[in-house]
Amino acid sequence: MNVLPSDPVARAAVRQGVSVSVATGLYGISFGALSVAAGVGLGPTMALSLLMFSGGSQFALIGVIGAAGTPVAAIATATLLGLRNTLYGAVVSPLLQVRGWRRLAAAHVTIDESTAVAVAQPEPAASRIGFWVTGVGVFVLWNAFVLLGALAGDALGDPRAWGLDAAAAAAFLALVWPRLAPRRAQLVAGLAVVATAALIPFVPPGIPVLAAAAVAVVVGLVSPNDPDAASGNGPGGAAEKESVR
Amino acid sequence: MTTTTLWVTVLVASLACYALKLGGHLVPRSWLASERVSRITTLVTVALLVSLVVVQGFADGLALTVDARVPALAVAALALALRAPFILVVVLAAGTAAALRALGWG
Repeated sequence: MNVLPSDPVARAAVRQGVSVSVATGLYGISFGALSVAAGVGLGPTMALSLLMFSGGSQFALIGVIGAAGTPVAAIATATLLGLRNTLYGAVVSPLLQVRGWRRLAAAHVTIDESTAVAVAQPEPAASRIGFWVTGVGVFVLWNAFVLLGALAGDALGDPRAWGLDAAAAAAFLALVWPRLAPRRAQLVAGLAVVATAALIPFVPPGIPVLAAAAVAVVVGLVSPNDPDAASGNGPGGAAEKESVR
Repeated sequence: MTTTTLWVTVLVASLACYALKLGGHLVPRSWLASERVSRITTLVTVALLVSLVVVQGFADGLALTVDARVPALAVAALALALRAPFILVVVLAAGTAAALRALGWG
């Protein structure tokens, strides 16, 4: 894949993808250790990481199993949390323009991180690079560190001590930052904060993100044509026009 | 849960999660072509990213908490306002949270 593209925009996409992959991948240690502790053996733990490959759904499934829940409850919870990946797939699919087995592979690595890096790029070529570098990077590192965590348990320490949870939050903030110039985007961002914070205490993880997306759909439906988008707003405005093709 | 039940649970849930991902990729492109849909897609992107910031920065299971991640996010926002590069923003945030926790807070 694109080892060192000469285009600076593409290089930025690669760098973002690699940093997000490292921060996310290291979290696999927690999943591996927790999954084995929950009574899910090494084989099923690796099967989950390789085949389900969606952090929220994986943590939810082993949580239900660890709490002696039923198989149906475990499957339902994991599936509900995976619902946002459908939305992500619909968002990144027009950017990727892939068919056949590549589309099947793209679907498998459609997760929070690969979508976030892809949609944050100013042009479609960089979106494609960002998506694949992040998706494949997280897949490789996540599974490697899940294996390490499952074998070594807690001996490796808590990724929070290294600030990796804060690194992931900062990465998402850095990705949305250039898109916040239009006033309507600021309105949606504010509503998304309120909706997410209001729901976190009451619904399973993964649902607040869907609710925030629903709020954005409503704002998009009721608002008139966007003067900001038409006039352009630096990187954000350009990204919007490019991504809508 | 027996080993067989566990395997069936893992495989069925994985298949369901993959089907959800693929379903999104198979949405007909023509559905996404109108100006209104593209406007909504742009706003949904902002909402998703902001929501992920809140979840990753403030959620602890089902609780909202203020811990070392919050000052780390503030440092990240300052770095972004000063146009710092992406990797520096991420490293500064991790370093802030790690340092605060090493000092015994958050």
